[in-house]
Amino acid sequence: MTLLYFAWIRQKVGRSEEQIDLPAGIVSVGDLVAYLKSRGDGYADAFADPARLRAAVDQEHVSFDAPVDSADEVAFFPPVTGG
Amino acid sequence: MSTIRIQPEDFDVGAEANLLARGRGDVGAVVTFTGHVRGEAGLTALTLEHYPGMTEREIASHVREAEQRWPLTGVTIVHRIGRLEPGARIVLVATSSGHRQAAFAAAEFLMDYLKTRAPFWKEEERGDAKTWIAAKDTDEDAVRRWR
Repeated sequence: MTLLYFAWIRQKVGRSEEQIDLPAGIVSVGDLVAYLKSRGDGYADAFADPARLRAAVDQEHVSFDAPVDSADEVAFFPPVTGG
Repeated sequence: MSTIRIQPEDFDVGAEANLLARGRGDVGAVVTFTGHVRGEAGLTALTLEHYPGMTEREIASHVREAEQRWPLTGVTIVHRIGRLEPGARIVLVATSSGHRQAAFAAAEFLMDYLKTRAPFWKEEERGDAKTWIAAKDTDEDAVRRWR
């Protein structure tokens, strides 16, 4: 699975993209957030406050209860500020 | 007919508007909205980041929705990325229709969706200090009225 990070989440994590094998037991976006937060260092900081995060699964906006177990690409980013 | 472009380069508002009407007799109205970088509170520049692929998909889905809601003859959306200084153009939304009401409404609808759904992020630069801009509740309120 590809994970993508944008804006300040990318800066805190220290990379824009990585490949992971989803650990057993991770079903939802929320589970993935909790797992990433537990990886320490920049991750703990980036994922400290889930209320500040938004997610997309396979390039569609989703809520944190959405499933990730069959996703190819999951992205994390702050609320968008374009236009 | 719709065109969506994400690019670092500037765009020509007049040329884009002309393209929506050129060679057609069914266009009675072309509306353009251009967003610029506001140089408030000592802003030096904005840097825009996006999610390649998802940004285009997200905008395209809102263009399709606009085309279903209003009788549009064309839509052009150009959004710039990268570092932009005060006064620079950031975004163009141009809509065309037989009559002005549809063109005005669709342009506003598309801008409201761009601001709240399209994956772009702005980082402000003030001298050496850089800060990510936070999303505004007023933008979320603006998009809610279309539901």
